[in-house]
Amino acid sequence: MERIPILKMGEYLLVTIQVDMHDRLAMTLQDDLTARIVEARAKGVLIDISALEIVDSFIGRMLADIAAMSRVLDAETVVVGMRPAVAITLVELGLSLTGVRTALNVERGMDLLRERIRERFSE
Amino acid sequence: MNEQSVLHDLVSRNEAEILQRWIERQLGASNFRSDRISKVEVSDQSRRFLSLFRQSLSSGSADLYSPAWANTRQMLEEVSVSRAQQGFAPSETALFVFSLKETLFEGLQDQLPKDLKAASQMILDTNQLLDRLGLFTTEVYQRGREQLIIRQQQELMELSTPVVTLWEGVLALPVIGTLDSARTQVVMENLLQRIVETGAAIAIIDITGVPTVDTLTAQHLLKTVAAARLMGADCIISGIRPQIAQTIVHLGVDLGTVITKATLADAFAIALRRLGLGVTKVGAPKKRREPEAQSTTRDRTED
Repeated sequence: MERIPILKMGEYLLVTIQVDMHDRLAMTLQDDLTARIVEARAKGVLIDISALEIVDSFIGRMLADIAAMSRVLDAETVVVGMRPAVAITLVELGLSLTGVRTALNVERGMDLLRERIRERFSE
Repeated sequence: MNEQSVLHDLVSRNEAEILQRWIERQLGASNFRSDRISKVEVSDQSRRFLSLFRQSLSSGSADLYSPAWANTRQMLEEVSVSRAQQGFAPSETALFVFSLKETLFEGLQDQLPKDLKAASQMILDTNQLLDRLGLFTTEVYQRGREQLIIRQQQELMELSTPVVTLWEGVLALPVIGTLDSARTQVVMENLLQRIVETGAAIAIIDITGVPTVDTLTAQHLLKTVAAARLMGADCIISGIRPQIAQTIVHLGVDLGTVITKATLADAFAIALRRLGLGVTKVGAPKKRREPEAQSTTRDRTED
C-alpha cells in the first residue's frame, strides 16, 4: 500500500508530501505520524507540502488535525512551503488553519521549530 | 439588381456633379462643425467615399459584408475613427453618409421608372443601402469604445495592485480603490506570489487608499491575511483612518488576531523589530565611528 515516508532527524520528524493526497493516504499518514511521534519521542514535526498542488476541505482539515494531535503528544508542528494557489483555496474553503504554525520553506520551518523548542526548554 | 445598376449608372455618369452638390450640402448644413473639421478634409473624404461607393455598386451586390464592399467599409472605418478622435458624436458621423441621400434622390428623380411600384421599391432599396452604410460607422465607433473600456479595465486592474519591497523580508501592499471580490483575488495572488519570490516574512497591507470599509471589504482583507499566514508570512494592516476605525467597530467586524496600525510608518517599525532590526540616529559626523559600530541593524539573535 502507498505510504508517505516519515523521516527521523534527531528529535524532529520530517514529512514530505510528494504526491497528491487522497483521503485514504491522509488517514494512513495520521496513523503513521502519531505512532512515530510516540515511538521516536519527537519534539518537533515538519510537514513539507511544497509539492502539493490540489487540496480539498478534507486534506485541509487533516492538516489541522495532525497539528492538533502532535500538540497533544507534545510535539511542535510546522507546515511549510504551501503554494499560493493552495493557500487561496484553503482560505476560500473557510479553513484558515489558525492552530497550525506555518513557514515559507523548510529552512525557515526548521528555524521556527528550534526556536519554539528552545523556548520551551528555557521555561 | 436592376435598381442598383440604375444607381450605378447615375453615380458614374454624374459623379462630379453629385460630389459637388453633396459637399455643398454638408458645408452649408446648420450643424456643420467648422471648428472640428476643415472643409478640405470633408471634400477629400466625400470624394474618396463616392468613388469607392461607385466601385462597390458596380458589383451589383447589396451585401455590405461581401468582398465588393470591403474597400468602402475600410474607408468608412477610417472616417469613423478619425471623426471620433476629432470629437464628433457617433450620430454626426452617421450623418456624413445620410447626407448623401438627398443629393442622390435629387439625381434619381429623373431616372425613376414610370411604374409607381417599381419606383417606390427603388427608393426603398437605395435608402436601405445608405442606412446600412451609415449605421456601419456607428458600429465601428461603438466597437472602438468597447475596446478602449476593456483595455482600461485591464490596465486599472494591473496598475492598482503593486507589491513593493520595503526592506529585505518586508513587503508592502498599498491598496488603492474599492476592494471587491475580483480585485481581492488579484491582490491576493500578487501578494502570495511575491512572498514566494522574495521569501518575505512580513507583509504590510496599507489601506489608506481604500475609501470605505464595509463588512465585505473587511472579509476580503481577512482572507488575504489568512492566506499570507498559511504561506508563513505575517500580515500587518496599516493606514486605518479614524472614520474607518469607527465603521469597523460599528459594523461589529472582528479583525481578531490581525495586527493593525494607524500608519504605514508604525507598521514598518513593528516589522523591523520583528526581524531584529532597528533604526538608530547616526550621530554627529565627528563621533561617527561610535554609533556605526552598533550599526543601524542589530543581529537577530540579540532580540
